[in-house]
Amino acid sequence: MTATKSASAPSGSAAAGVEENVACPFCGILCDDLEVERSVAGLKVTKNGCSLAIAGFERPVIAASPQIGGRDVTLAEAVAEAARLIRVARLPLFGGLGTDVEGMRAVMATAERAGGVVDHAFSEGQYRNFEVLQTSGWFMSTLTEVRNRADLIVIVGSDVHTLHPRFFERIVATPEPMFLAAGQKRTVVFIGEGLDASAATGGSIGEVLTLSCPIVAVGEVMSALRARTKGTPLAVDTVAGIPIVQIDDLAERCRKAQYGVMVWAPPSLAYPSADLTVRVVSDLVKDLNVTTRFAGLALGGNEGAVSAGAVATWQSGFPMRVSYASGQPEYDSTRYAANRLLASGETDLLVWIATFSPDLTPPASAVPTILIGVPGMTIDKTPLVTIPIGTPGLDHAGRLVRCDNVVSLPLKNLHRSTLPAAADVLASIEHAL
Amino acid sequence: MLIKLTGGKIYDPANGIDGEVRDIYVRDGRIVNASADERVGQEYNLKGRVVMAGGIDPHTHIGGGKVTIGRMMMTEDHIGNEVARTAITRAGCGHAVPSTLTAGYRYAEMGYTACFEPAMLPANARQAHMEMGDTPMVDKGAFVMLGSDDFLLRAMAGNKGMEFIKDYIAWTMHAAQALAVKVVNPGGISAFKFNQRQLDLDEKHVHYGQSPRDILLTLARGLKELGVTHPLHVHGCNLGVPGNDETTLATIRAMEGLPVHLTHVQFHSYGTEGDMKFSSGAPRIAELLNKNTNVSIDVGQIMFGQTCTASGDSMRQYGNTKSAAPKKWVVMDIECDAGCGVVPMKYRDKSFVNALQWAIGLELFLLVDDPWRLFLTTDHPNGAPFTTYPHLIRLLMDRGFRNDMLQKIHPGAQAATILHSIKREYSLYEIAIMTRAGPAKSLGLKDRGHLGGGASADITVYEDKADREAMFQVPELVFKNGELIVKNGVIVKSVQGATHVARPEYDRHIEGPLRDYFDRYHTVRMSNFRVGDDEIIGHDKGSIIVQPSKSRVKAA
Ligand SMILES: [Zn+2]
Repeated sequence: MTATKSASAPSGSAAAGVEENVACPFCGILCDDLEVERSVAGLKVTKNGCSLAIAGFERPVIAASPQIGGRDVTLAEAVAEAARLIRVARLPLFGGLGTDVEGMRAVMATAERAGGVVDHAFSEGQYRNFEVLQTSGWFMSTLTEVRNRADLIVIVGSDVHTLHPRFFERIVATPEPMFLAAGQKRTVVFIGEGLDASAATGGSIGEVLTLSCPIVAVGEVMSALRARTKGTPLAVDTVAGIPIVQIDDLAERCRKAQYGVMVWAPPSLAYPSADLTVRVVSDLVKDLNVTTRFAGLALGGNEGAVSAGAVATWQSGFPMRVSYASGQPEYDSTRYAANRLLASGETDLLVWIATFSPDLTPPASAVPTILIGVPGMTIDKTPLVTIPIGTPGLDHAGRLVRCDNVVSLPLKNLHRSTLPAAADVLASIEHAL
Repeated sequence: MLIKLTGGKIYDPANGIDGEVRDIYVRDGRIVNASADERVGQEYNLKGRVVMAGGIDPHTHIGGGKVTIGRMMMTEDHIGNEVARTAITRAGCGHAVPSTLTAGYRYAEMGYTACFEPAMLPANARQAHMEMGDTPMVDKGAFVMLGSDDFLLRAMAGNKGMEFIKDYIAWTMHAAQALAVKVVNPGGISAFKFNQRQLDLDEKHVHYGQSPRDILLTLARGLKELGVTHPLHVHGCNLGVPGNDETTLATIRAMEGLPVHLTHVQFHSYGTEGDMKFSSGAPRIAELLNKNTNVSIDVGQIMFGQTCTASGDSMRQYGNTKSAAPKKWVVMDIECDAGCGVVPMKYRDKSFVNALQWAIGLELFLLVDDPWRLFLTTDHPNGAPFTTYPHLIRLLMDRGFRNDMLQKIHPGAQAATILHSIKREYSLYEIAIMTRAGPAKSLGLKDRGHLGGGASADITVYEDKADREAMFQVPELVFKNGELIVKNGVIVKSVQGATHVARPEYDRHIEGPLRDYFDRYHTVRMSNFRVGDDEIIGHDKGSIIVQPSKSRVKAA
């Protein structure tokens, strides 16, 4: 069933008008140059909108009431029931966590008081990075630095264009990088098959190369590249179908780059032990820095994943998968993975938070659910409690941390609707615990 | 309500009070000059107790991206240091790089009421403030990093002139909500992005043609002419490199009498004498510092044990990665603005180099005469976690204890330091200068760091124990804005401190070229780059205190 019903949209208070320099919360690179027009009909992206931005900003607001067991109730009643369920739960799991910094702060405070576990819907991907950061570290760059400095950009097995439709336009094809010499073009290399290279054109982009191999073999190719970069001989003619001469050619380009960048998006590396790919890429970058300059750039981080990791880390010391069951943070990246807790039944209550996309639905499981989400989420089983909430950057102000973990952006209140902020709803629940 | 603190021994150097027995009155969060016949609502009998203003840490890395990278990386250091929530405090963790909440509680438990993050990158300012917003109990503020940012270097290379640069400095302070300005490895963070591996004081940046000396003088002059109270906060060239004592001496001379603060000088006081080609430069540096009253310093003392270094100095931190313990590290190039490097470090008393670093820090403390120009820091967490301050205070106040500790370190290091011959012991009055009055004066916190009428009632009360470590470890009472927040070293009330900023004047026309720069090169719009007051007050549930700047003067 759907957790919502159609009715007239709860419209916001502000008059019609155009907002400039609007930051978009619908992917991890947080473009902030959008122009959005507000009218009685809702929001319309009038400048610099990609497919994700248009879908997100222009999604019609469905009027929705808080519900208990599918029955309309007041917000206060829903909050009281949610608090009661959390209070009696043995190990509540705070999942989804598609929210902004303020929402995540409220999640942490509530989980702490409730003795619960926190884990983000996209942790599986994020942990491909966290594992490397926690065991060996890396040498990284950020979007503006790459945009102005990179003369070689290697896209490692990641469908960047689908995840971040404006990445190539804003970071790679940019017309006047600060530090490329007049007439100098940058080279873009794609490693992996089926990657959308259509946007890798124009501006400062020169050569575009592809080393085609199955995505699951990207790690193997990067290991070979690392070996050849160091001059280690390899007794093979091809690696994952790529002729060794092509790998040697890329090794040579890497060594000769003034500032090369390895780009990956953890969600794309969706195969077992993909953290080892991130590890080999990071180690390759470290090797190259002995003589020239090179850096990694991790993308992804949609649905507030980077903000969730950042807030959890500065408040608890751990990036995700923390349990407060004993009152103090207990970290275990295997044991406290949401999917494992749901499958094993160790959690008896899922509190699912999704403030950006109605598509961020909870995984199917037998565990009863409290849904604190945007209106219009379609889920199989009626939640015990449903609390419709607004989207940061549309219905209320907020902040998000960008995929590079350095820059954060303010999200404007575009007064699309009067739906409450997740932070406020969670604060009320925490108060009632 | 009038609160009376009766009969304590007052150490209030800003008002020249050295251990006199006096009463202190507090009303509405402020210290007041009440008359003896006013009705007292609450009285604390402090007979025999030592009373100081709340401690102020002028250089501690408590908030911002690199600290959180350190938190994320140092999982093993958190394990065993988890902290459970209580009825009034939140959970957290940490030893070397504690969580934001735990850091705030630990500072308050130690009698500190204000902490300043010294390395806020403009590009990361919003996150630094968010993290400080989640640091309870203490007042805070941050120094914004300039000197490797492309806008400044382009302006210098393009001869835009001092007024233009001053407008930019002031604009950045406003935009980043900063109290002061820091320069880290001047120009070096940028030079590293062009594959320069070192940048000495008079070495030129390959792209911009500017030297660290040019950058230091430009920024120091700019801040002086803008009327910003805290002088340029300098993390110099060649951090950690043996032979950098010469760089430090040259840097002091290079400032031509301009006010400047040299930070974590311990890391910049290494000579090249001896078999190990590593020696103490502290005596020569202290001698020059004693003659140059335009220069203040903090030490950045190291202490033995596990820590994690976190610095904006990507160039030098990359150089230090070979010493990483455990073997993992993060270095970043950031936003045509700055960089950072996070390298775990374990300082060992049986290592010649680490042991001598320890001795060099103490030599600096004991050889620099004027405590008003010397602040007590470990450059948390770079030299050691701030929780080692009570131990450090004992080392400074108790020569017998110091010499006992000295005997435990690497024998080669014992032979290479003059520490055993230094008789000086710090007095309580001098400790109060170094940890309260001096930092407050230097940072321009006009109503902090003292106990005179009108001061904010941030007050710490200690039992006068012979063991100064035990004394400073567990204060008996700590008041923040007149409220009792800590009793016998335990939090009794959770409060949110204010954020201190300075807002020197600038000409709004600077936003023309700035907007153009952001639009052409950056990935963030100028208007979104700015951290709004509403973010600190609304989202972070904090407050802002604008500390005064002097009026701006034209370039000489
Ligand atoms: Zn520092």
